[in-house]
Amino acid sequence: MLRFFLSILLMILALATQSVAQSDPKALIDALGKADFKQAEDLLGQIAASADPRVVPALEAFNDGDLYVRKSDGAVFITRASGANLALIDPLSGAAAGEAPKGAMTKLKINNSLRRVLRSALGGLTLLSPDRNVRLSAADAVLRSPSAENLELVEAALAKETDREVKARMEEARAASVLSSDRPVDQKRAAIETIGSIGGRDAISILMSASASLDASLKPDVDRAISKIQSSLAFWDLGQNVWYGISLGSVLLLAAIGLAITFGVMGIINMAHGEMVMIGAYATFMVQEVIRTSAPQLFDWSLAIAVPVAFLVTGAIGLVIERGVIRFLYGRPLETLLATWGVSLILQQTVRSIFGPTNREVGNPSWMSGSFALGGLSITWNRLWIVAFSLSIFFGLLILMKRSAFGLQMRAVTQNRRMASSMGIRTAWVDAFTFALGSGIAGIAGVALSQIDNVSPNLGQSYIIDSFMVVVFGGVGNLWGTLVGALSLGVLNKFLEPSVGAVLGKILVLVLIILFIQKRPRGLFALKGRAIEA
Amino acid sequence: MNFKARLGGAMLAAIMSTTSFHGAFAAEDTIKIGVLHSLSGTMAISETTLKDVMLMLVEEQNKKGGVLGKKLEAVVVDPASDWPLFAEKARQLISQDKVAAVFGCWTSSSRKSVLPVFEELNSILFYPVQYEGEESSRNIFYTGAAPNQQAIPAVDYLAEKEGVQRWVLAGTDYVYPQTTNKILKAYLMSKGVKAEDIMINYTPFGHSDWQTIVTDIKKFGSAGKKTAVVSTINGDANVPFYKELANQGIKAEDIPVVAFSVGEEELAGLDTTPLVGHLAAWNYFQSVDAPVNAEFIKEWHAFTKNDKRVTNDPMEAAYIGFNAWVKAVEAAGTTDTDKVLDSIIGVSVPNLSGGTSTVMPNHHITKPVLIGEIQSNGQFEIVQQTPSVVGDEWSDYLPDSKNLISDWRKPMSCGNFNVATGKCGGKGS
Repeated sequence: MLRFFLSILLMILALATQSVAQSDPKALIDALGKADFKQAEDLLGQIAASADPRVVPALEAFNDGDLYVRKSDGAVFITRASGANLALIDPLSGAAAGEAPKGAMTKLKINNSLRRVLRSALGGLTLLSPDRNVRLSAADAVLRSPSAENLELVEAALAKETDREVKARMEEARAASVLSSDRPVDQKRAAIETIGSIGGRDAISILMSASASLDASLKPDVDRAISKIQSSLAFWDLGQNVWYGISLGSVLLLAAIGLAITFGVMGIINMAHGEMVMIGAYATFMVQEVIRTSAPQLFDWSLAIAVPVAFLVTGAIGLVIERGVIRFLYGRPLETLLATWGVSLILQQTVRSIFGPTNREVGNPSWMSGSFALGGLSITWNRLWIVAFSLSIFFGLLILMKRSAFGLQMRAVTQNRRMASSMGIRTAWVDAFTFALGSGIAGIAGVALSQIDNVSPNLGQSYIIDSFMVVVFGGVGNLWGTLVGALSLGVLNKFLEPSVGAVLGKILVLVLIILFIQKRPRGLFALKGRAIEA
Repeated sequence: MNFKARLGGAMLAAIMSTTSFHGAFAAEDTIKIGVLHSLSGTMAISETTLKDVMLMLVEEQNKKGGVLGKKLEAVVVDPASDWPLFAEKARQLISQDKVAAVFGCWTSSSRKSVLPVFEELNSILFYPVQYEGEESSRNIFYTGAAPNQQAIPAVDYLAEKEGVQRWVLAGTDYVYPQTTNKILKAYLMSKGVKAEDIMINYTPFGHSDWQTIVTDIKKFGSAGKKTAVVSTINGDANVPFYKELANQGIKAEDIPVVAFSVGEEELAGLDTTPLVGHLAAWNYFQSVDAPVNAEFIKEWHAFTKNDKRVTNDPMEAAYIGFNAWVKAVEAAGTTDTDKVLDSIIGVSVPNLSGGTSTVMPNHHITKPVLIGEIQSNGQFEIVQQTPSVVGDEWSDYLPDSKNLISDWRKPMSCGNFNVATGKCGGKGS
């Protein structure tokens, strides 16, 4: 009997809290302060169902980890850092609510499944925002995590929408939501059609995850839509592979192009080449450090500033190495190899002592982050910029070699030293500056590579083998050979990788190069004429 | 290289054997311990930190009066990321410097290289890094995680809490990822995951071009089932991998990545804002909320004179190993190897997550498993913590080793006892 009364009492209590909850989002948000992940998910569902736009800042703060609960009374606040304290903001009204020391507040924890629920809830709640971009990303969010609860919100928003792009995205979001709702079959069929026309992997993903719960009569429609997307993807995959190959090739080109001068043109087996790349990357790090502390607004320009800095630093180091070591060893390749290897170890350990053995963080400027779609290709901005950057270095260098007085002297000295010398060229200085140029270009490559790789003392080592491979394969002494060699190795690698895997792919490329060098010992573009025999 | 090392080792051994008994009579006013971590070469990035931790622990212990009334003295050598050199340096530490115990190694290759040296010269090694298991030596204590203390709980978390049904096992091509992935595959299949829902991918060391693989992962993940990546990608290859993930727009909400080799140190070179929500499984995170951890971090910052230095899981494993050794030596009253080997089993010391870790008869330790999500400040938010788990040296999920157990207490004293045949020996003997 007692138990019966108790359960009735509990039911009434539960009903009471629920009705309070529904009318008052504040109570729901405060309840988040005591909830575990599972309960928080339910609470978020209720908050989203309230469709009260006032909760949006609180949910955004929750997503960003700025939502805290006060230990003393369990009230939940949005917070901003304010010195050692936290500035409290009321989660609903947005009014300032004083400050509290960090120790008095506990951060509300969030995990991935909560983040997914939040994304969907925020998407639904911001569909009616006055800002066009917010509406667009809201539609995106709904599309990415479709749920039946959002369907009515999307339809309401769709009715009011005027912007064409946003409207189209909302149509897609609606279709995705329809698929997970209990709407009639013909609506779902139309939805499958709409999703199918988006194309791409995401569309397949939406269709596949919806297909399990769909009516059996819709299966053929889903299959048709998926196979249509897949056949167009197969075509784009080919293009995507070519692009990956070009982008890998451009990284190889960047790494090898400095070596194409020091090894290719001057014939120095320069094992310290990789360390120049590494020092260039550290120069970028230093430039960014200075910018971070003294002029943060320049951060997006940091790479542009780092390029000349890296060139000058590594060029100067190259000059010192040539004057201090290499000039005594011309014509003795074995000693040069050992001496430059020694130099490379010294440089590595020096950097390790100065900057420490751990990686250094080099930030990506905003224009090098993210990706965009070109037809069915997805192209990441950093790769695109690196391709453009390495090609412009290549052509810049080509013009310098072929059109400038320095380039002429450089070619003259390497082709016939004695003749050049008797024409009045100071061959020793031409040697020194050629080596400095090669080192400087390696340094510039380091600026670009800092964007995609670790900035650590070992950075150079991972590129030295590849660089030699490219130069030898392309043909020693020929810049065009380096370009063609780098790009073809890149594309070859990327076409082997999907079928045989990265490890075997790399081995196969090496084997192919060995076979190729057997056939053509001078590489793709062999130099002809007397210069070779000298 | 191999030949040179062997020759060097043999010569050293020859010299040592003629001089060793001199040392035995020399008056000892300090107890020496060896620190065998690479300070140069590719592994310096990870191992230098552990050398610093050992120096700090020794300094702290000496402030408390040392061990057995004697001061501790750390002998630091640099095996330079060169596996044969590890064996050579280990021999030097034991025979020439007469260290009572050695703390060191990071890669499994280096551990395998020194194992015969420690068994031959009967000394003790404390190995502080998570590893693939399938090994148990009388002379080695494994204070890092075995696969059941890291990999399997992480997979369980993803399956239960995130509802993951499709798995990408991505790793660097060497022994730790290969063995771990073998165990994980067997484990997942025993849980009813179909073979077509598991994709295994290996990449070379230092792999930096992840475009194709990230696209493959995306492709694999668009089959309508929740997909996750279990990453045993090692060291330097991680930064380009995470950068590519971020650039291709793969968010943790869509395809979470759980990593076993990415900790606070590795994230220090990375802008983690796009990575929020990706996971790591360890037995310790710097963000652990425990007084003993706060104390440790304070000491570490004071010792390195840098309050930005992070702490990580192998540092905790080194801390546990060192304290367990100190306690065992004090219980035995001597640093004699055989006596310490007897007294250390069952020793319990505090770990940094607020509990205690006990040295088990199989030379592994008990510790809790923590799952953390990456935050935008480069730290981890702990989303799950298990009770203490006993390290399992021989995996129960591999047919070769499921019948093997290890128990170094007398009278069994066996690292690979086969419970099916009732004999000591078999795999790994």
